[in-house]
Amino acid sequence: MIDAVGNPQSLLLLGGTSDIALATAERYARQRPLRIVLAARPSERLEAAAERLRGTGSTVTTVPFDARDPDTHAETLDKAFGEGDIDISIVAFGVLGDQEKLWTDVAAAREMAEIDYVAPVTVGVLLAEHLRKQGHGHIVALSSVAGERVRRSNFAYGSAKAGMDGFYTGLTEALRPSGIKVTVVRPGHVKSKMTEGLKEAPLAQTPEQVADIIVNAVRKGRELVWAPAQFRYVMSVLRHLPRVVFRRLPF
Amino acid sequence: MLTGWGRTAPTMAEVVSTPDVETIARVVREAGPRGLIARGLGRSYGDPSQNAGGTVIDMTALDRIHTIDVDNAVVDVDAGVSLDTLMRRLLPHGLWLPVLPGTRQVTVGGAIGADIHGKNHHSQGSFGSHVLSLDLLTADGEVRTLTPEGESAELFWATVGGMGMTGIIVRATIRLKRVETAYFVVDNIQTRNLDELLEHFTDGSDDDYVYSVAWFDSLARGDRMGRALLTRGNPATLNELPKKLRKNPLGFDAPQLMTAPPVFPNGLVNKYTITAFNEVWYRKAPTKYGSVQNITQFFHPLDLVGEWNRVYGSNGFLQYQFMVPFGQEQMFRRSIDKISASGHVSFLNVLKTFGPGNAAPMSFPDEGWTLTVDIPVTPGLDRLCRDLDEMVLEAGGRLYLAKESRTTPEMIERMYPRIDEWRETRAAVDPEGIFRSDLARRLNL
Repeated sequence: MIDAVGNPQSLLLLGGTSDIALATAERYARQRPLRIVLAARPSERLEAAAERLRGTGSTVTTVPFDARDPDTHAETLDKAFGEGDIDISIVAFGVLGDQEKLWTDVAAAREMAEIDYVAPVTVGVLLAEHLRKQGHGHIVALSSVAGERVRRSNFAYGSAKAGMDGFYTGLTEALRPSGIKVTVVRPGHVKSKMTEGLKEAPLAQTPEQVADIIVNAVRKGRELVWAPAQFRYVMSVLRHLPRVVFRRLPF
Repeated sequence: MLTGWGRTAPTMAEVVSTPDVETIARVVREAGPRGLIARGLGRSYGDPSQNAGGTVIDMTALDRIHTIDVDNAVVDVDAGVSLDTLMRRLLPHGLWLPVLPGTRQVTVGGAIGADIHGKNHHSQGSFGSHVLSLDLLTADGEVRTLTPEGESAELFWATVGGMGMTGIIVRATIRLKRVETAYFVVDNIQTRNLDELLEHFTDGSDDDYVYSVAWFDSLARGDRMGRALLTRGNPATLNELPKKLRKNPLGFDAPQLMTAPPVFPNGLVNKYTITAFNEVWYRKAPTKYGSVQNITQFFHPLDLVGEWNRVYGSNGFLQYQFMVPFGQEQMFRRSIDKISASGHVSFLNVLKTFGPGNAAPMSFPDEGWTLTVDIPVTPGLDRLCRDLDEMVLEAGGRLYLAKESRTTPEMIERMYPRIDEWRETRAAVDPEGIFRSDLARRLNL
């Protein structure tokens, strides 16, 4: 249960090795140790992440989760909720990929779309079902500013994020009568393993900075936040630029 | 969506409201995997009367007063009757509830389940100590009559202060006090600081009063730290009343002057508004002996304003109440100092002494000091409360579950040393644990 001052007692990280998700879990665990379920493909990195979180005094378990195989998602979530109520579920998995390959190679494009759009949707449907049954809970969905107005340099990725963003924004409304909260987070460039080797974009953030924004948004019950907050205004301008201007921008 | 009086942590449950015990019994027998819990008037601050994803039984529909036995001063009532209603019905007979908390808007079932106390705890004990018998609807769908002594005593005392976890209290008989009037003879003492206040509480003068409680200014610092108003009183006898009140000595008229509208912004209760309020509150009540006050003046000034919890804004607030044994005055002083220094602004700060506790393993009051503060939820409050938890635990004290909304299962486990004994009693009567609340989930009760 989330208590009166906003402390959760349990977390589920879908994308259990995501830098942002792990940084968020660490933030919560620093306030008060809790029960954390990491859902990801079994790997050494997953074990290392679990070990790191155990260092905070929290109880950490792992559940196998393969975003590319939607037929297994129900089982993954049954296992995750089988150990008890989940207060906060963070949907944090995704791939960036080679953006040129993503619009020229069918297999690559399809895999990206499955991971970045299809899987968030199936997971979202299942999360909604579990949370309505338990009568409380909070979903945090990691979207991206890339989905707010897709641009030439990463439009394939951006299109999937646009789709998942729309789904979770709508889910916020659909779940409102059930008392379940959804927070959609739109980070800009985050210096994480996902963006390793890429040129840093303006307003770049660390996973820890995004984690702070997430924790704060959940506590205040915000439904849509940008990371950093200034992106809200940047994107508001970019969204309305005429295409002739937008395509000439240097990013 | 249900919350407690503090309006924090809402969750969703299916609410069943019926005056028919047989219908409630059927709901109990058909309880789903998320279980069920009884709810009275929702005056607990945190989450004991919420049950996320499960069922909540609204007990206020079960509201009959069965018999008022004037000769023996005993009343037999349904658990959903409010103390307000009950008090109004009893007064004309010269009968008086043995324990009244800071609000009359609580049900009899809630009063037993939380084993509530009033400002007469030092002289009369808690509510459960005045219950002669209670009817408990248990997990098997049967209603059992329990008494404080005899075979059913164990379950009786597990139910007193048991926060609804042993079953649903559907009916109770309560021993009453007799009064000649509906008025109180009250002595007010203004103290300059905490030392002076504690001195009044411990010099033996408290024994002369049935009721005794102090309000203190949580923002005053330095040598004025803990400046307070000590209010003590006794039921007025007929000849203590001024002439014009003698015509209708048992009359009671409690208007609700207004209902707070749901428009208060967060942050209205802040350092500046409360400093001003405290100054006025402190000055309006100079030391004065022997004034005659009515029930609302003496007991429940806040009941004049309906829904006063809205004043704190949508973030809600929490109330922190603890008790520590006598001899822990130093800790007591440090805790007040800590609250004053924290920058968190508390509005209602109440301090009093408790008399001996009762046989209930989960009952809160026990011999010592109790302090209550209520604070709007703002960042950093968690830190302050956790530090206070540690101090309370170290001093051998405990937190009040009816007010609790944020501590850890480990804390409660250590503060209530008889919790395992209580759990065993509960497991025997509810082996599948169908009686469940958000409080129980959160604190692993």
